[in-house]
Amino acid sequence: MIAPRSWLPTPVLSILLLVVWLLLVRSYAFGQFVLGGSLAILIPLLTHRFWDARSLIAKPFALLRFIFRVLGDIITANFEVAYLIANPWRKLKPHFIEYPLMLEERFTITLLASTISLTPGTVSANLRMDGKSLLIHALNVDDEEVLINQIRERYERPLKEIYEC
Amino acid sequence: MSVIVEALISLLLIAGGIFVFIGSLGMAHLRDFYMRLHGPTKATTLGIGCMLIASMLYFWSVDGKPDIQELLITLFLFITAPVSAHLLAKSGLHLRLKHADKTQGKPVELRPEEVGDKPVPHPDKGHG
Repeated sequence: MIAPRSWLPTPVLSILLLVVWLLLVRSYAFGQFVLGGSLAILIPLLTHRFWDARSLIAKPFALLRFIFRVLGDIITANFEVAYLIANPWRKLKPHFIEYPLMLEERFTITLLASTISLTPGTVSANLRMDGKSLLIHALNVDDEEVLINQIRERYERPLKEIYEC
Repeated sequence: MSVIVEALISLLLIAGGIFVFIGSLGMAHLRDFYMRLHGPTKATTLGIGCMLIASMLYFWSVDGKPDIQELLITLFLFITAPVSAHLLAKSGLHLRLKHADKTQGKPVELRPEEVGDKPVPHPDKGHG
């Protein structure tokens, strides 16, 4: 991994920006590399003051596994939610859940909240200002504890391992 | 274009259409605001994902070269959908929108304020 420098505060983000730029213009000409490269250096320089210190990825492979797990969960989530909505005899049990957070950094909390919003029947609704817990609205829940444990084991623990150890 | 590719593309398009339709249906007729949020955030991501994969396959088989530009749309969708859902839910809580009576769990934002008694601190202020 490239070490951050003063003119390149977020190397990974810069590479990502360059790749996205090249994909957007659908051209791999030299000029596009120069343009995309300068954008990839300029944008983080102009914006990185707005962010908290970014976390380094401790385990890239764990991150990859996490991404695939979330993608799989998104697909099952869609089937579940589609069934819940389309079934006319449904008996939904909506539930507001206060989820106690184990993560501490804002970036990882954002990732967790996004993951929660994308996966089975849950939408993250509010993060408490003290960053200690997350309010979740769930579409259909029988047992609060089961859902909290599921989120903790499936998403939060891997995220913590990937970024915060 | 071979029949198999064509069948796969049609299947993906139909599946995508069904998912997006169910998502919109959920938005139209679920009971309260917070439940209606679930449809567009989830059912549509897979629906649009299916359509984009179909489009990717179609242009791959027509032009003869793979093109992953559509994946970028999916990426942006995955980044933006949860954020907008979160903001909508948050503003819903802030405006104290009604929720279905059977909803369990009472978030601090939606509890009735105790008038006359000591003021209830707003959950986002006061501590932290």
